[in-house]
Amino acid sequence: MISISNASKWYGDFQVLNDCTTHVSKGEVVVVCGPSGSGKSTLIKCVNGLESIDKGKIMVDGDVVNDKKTNLNILRSKIGMVFQSFELFPHMSALDNVILGQIKVLKRSEDEARARAHDLMAQVGLSEHAGKYPAQLSGGQQQRVAIARGLAMDPIALLFDEPTSALDPEMINDVLDVMVNLAQDGMTMMVVTHEMGFAQKVAHRVVFMDEGCIVEDAPTDQFFQAQGSERAQQFLSKILTH
Amino acid sequence: MGDFDYSVIFNNIPFLVDGLKVTFLLTILAVIGGMVLGTILALIRIAQIPIASWLAAAYVNFFRSLPLILVIFWLYFLVPLFLGRPVGSFYSVLIAFVLFEAAYYSEIIRAGISSVRSGQIAAGRAIGLTYPQTMRYIVLPQAFRSMVPVLLTQAIVLFQDTSLVYVVGLKDFLVSAELIANRDQRLVEMFVFVAIVYFVFCFAGSLYARHLQKKLAT
Amino acid sequence: MNYNWDWGILFREPYLGWLADGLFWTVSLSLCAWIIAFSLGSVLGIMRTSSSRILRFIGTTYVELFRNIPLLVQLFLWYFVFPELLPDDAGRWVKREMPMPALSTAIVAIGLYTASRVCEQVRSGIDAVGTGQRNAAKAIGMTERQVYQHVLLPNAFRIIIPPLTSEFLTIFKNSSLALTIGVVELTAMTRQIEEYTFQGFEAFTAATVIYSVVTFSVMFLMRIVERRVQVPGMISAR
Repeated sequence: MISISNASKWYGDFQVLNDCTTHVSKGEVVVVCGPSGSGKSTLIKCVNGLESIDKGKIMVDGDVVNDKKTNLNILRSKIGMVFQSFELFPHMSALDNVILGQIKVLKRSEDEARARAHDLMAQVGLSEHAGKYPAQLSGGQQQRVAIARGLAMDPIALLFDEPTSALDPEMINDVLDVMVNLAQDGMTMMVVTHEMGFAQKVAHRVVFMDEGCIVEDAPTDQFFQAQGSERAQQFLSKILTH
Repeated sequence: MGDFDYSVIFNNIPFLVDGLKVTFLLTILAVIGGMVLGTILALIRIAQIPIASWLAAAYVNFFRSLPLILVIFWLYFLVPLFLGRPVGSFYSVLIAFVLFEAAYYSEIIRAGISSVRSGQIAAGRAIGLTYPQTMRYIVLPQAFRSMVPVLLTQAIVLFQDTSLVYVVGLKDFLVSAELIANRDQRLVEMFVFVAIVYFVFCFAGSLYARHLQKKLAT
Repeated sequence: MNYNWDWGILFREPYLGWLADGLFWTVSLSLCAWIIAFSLGSVLGIMRTSSSRILRFIGTTYVELFRNIPLLVQLFLWYFVFPELLPDDAGRWVKREMPMPALSTAIVAIGLYTASRVCEQVRSGIDAVGTGQRNAAKAIGMTERQVYQHVLLPNAFRIIIPPLTSEFLTIFKNSSLALTIGVVELTAMTRQIEEYTFQGFEAFTAATVIYSVVTFSVMFLMRIVERRVQVPGMISAR
């Protein structure tokens, strides 16, 4: 479904991605982790072309993302993305956030889009907040609306860029619960996160990145059974102790 | 465009330079006067002295609601009336600019002062400085450093605004050029030349302001 | 100070009529110039934030050019120089035959000048909305046009209501420059009253009061507008 081959990227002299290769198959959940500045957020933004790569190749559903001929708008409408800082559109109600793309991009009818949006708001447990504006919702609620917005496009895969990093601790689980349900329903997901509990519970594979390189790419059990690289073990011990 | 005649410019360089000197002198004096008066107004507003702060705010809002040309006319009319004798238009125009620009400088300086974290005032008071001392030694130096690019930009605006002395016929750069233009019937050359000169000074100034801004940000 | 007060002069004909006419032309000039400044400035502001290098370059060049030449000089360029650069017929039309040549020139000159300032406000508004919003909109597959239309601009314009208000008031005040090419707007009218009656104090006071009252009314009105379009839950900038 998603395949990244030998992707490299530079910001000026600084190499953010160094020959990264990995893939996400249909129905698979892949967690990407690593210390800050390791390039994981950049990597996931390259998957839907929000960032471009300088070398290598990224393919999504048979299309080459870094090919000028690919229509990125169509490709992006097929992959949902959830951001660290939610990025709901502040001038629209939660429901309208979920409706907008359906009407403008997928050209659904107003009624159809609205009905679908109501279903999704129920799915993320926010039916009674549908009419509120983003600024009137808590962080956890906003992030769940953002997930609903992504789902509204009936995506073939969902990308998560540190979806819980900006949340207060008591709200993290609300968001993770929604994500676990999605994973268990068979959604293809690529998730940048430090939530190792989530990884252990639903991830099929864990990718560990450091200094722009993919250091480890292993099935979840193997990754947590302490047989990986030293750098990954150090990282794990740091984030698992607290 | 074919008969563009440069000689009208070269033949009158000394006269034009004299005009440019007036423009610069007026700009510099108005910047100094405007900043001094503007700082005083800003400090009065921030100190929240009953009546006085309100008056300072009223002054600022009042002058900001008026066209500069009207203020120039006012002072051109009032100054000789008060002195009881005619004076050169330079002084009345200078007073007009100082009074007018002070309102704008006051807002810039007020914003600069409020950008200094309030903890700094507390820290200054905590080591025993008085309120004026805290302002003088702690807050204002920090505020002015962060304001330099904005103050420079405002100086460029003022430099452009001085062209409005045209309405009272003070012989600045624009009026000098216009006199020649009308005398020699060379309006196209003179006005294009005037525009280029203003552009060069202002563009260079704004590039420098942007450079300072970047240096400040890092 | 030797001065004969006569406030009654302001309410006598023809002077009262002159003031009314002056205000009418000031307001008409300001509104027409604002239409140019707002529409062109918005387009330029969008260009300066677009992904196309050429559009960004055009926007930047426009702003630098119009912002670094005094408005009065620009007014003279449009009025005295521009017609000379046109073919004879067109030049004559601009100078004399088009309706109200001085007023029209002033509208265009002030409008084009202010467009460069509006452009900068629109640009900073769009920048303030942020790349995060741009990415979020792109991530659901919107085209660049849709990103601007549905996400960036609705938010940017809300943010910049206060600075745009002051740009309109700048036009209102700058409209007085039109008197230099013979448009008899409010300031010119009061000057004229002073010259006819020697009652400068009264005449200038009248203009001062009118400018202030209009300015404060516009600010008051725009505060109401700002409050009405405010998004629920968001803290206002003021």
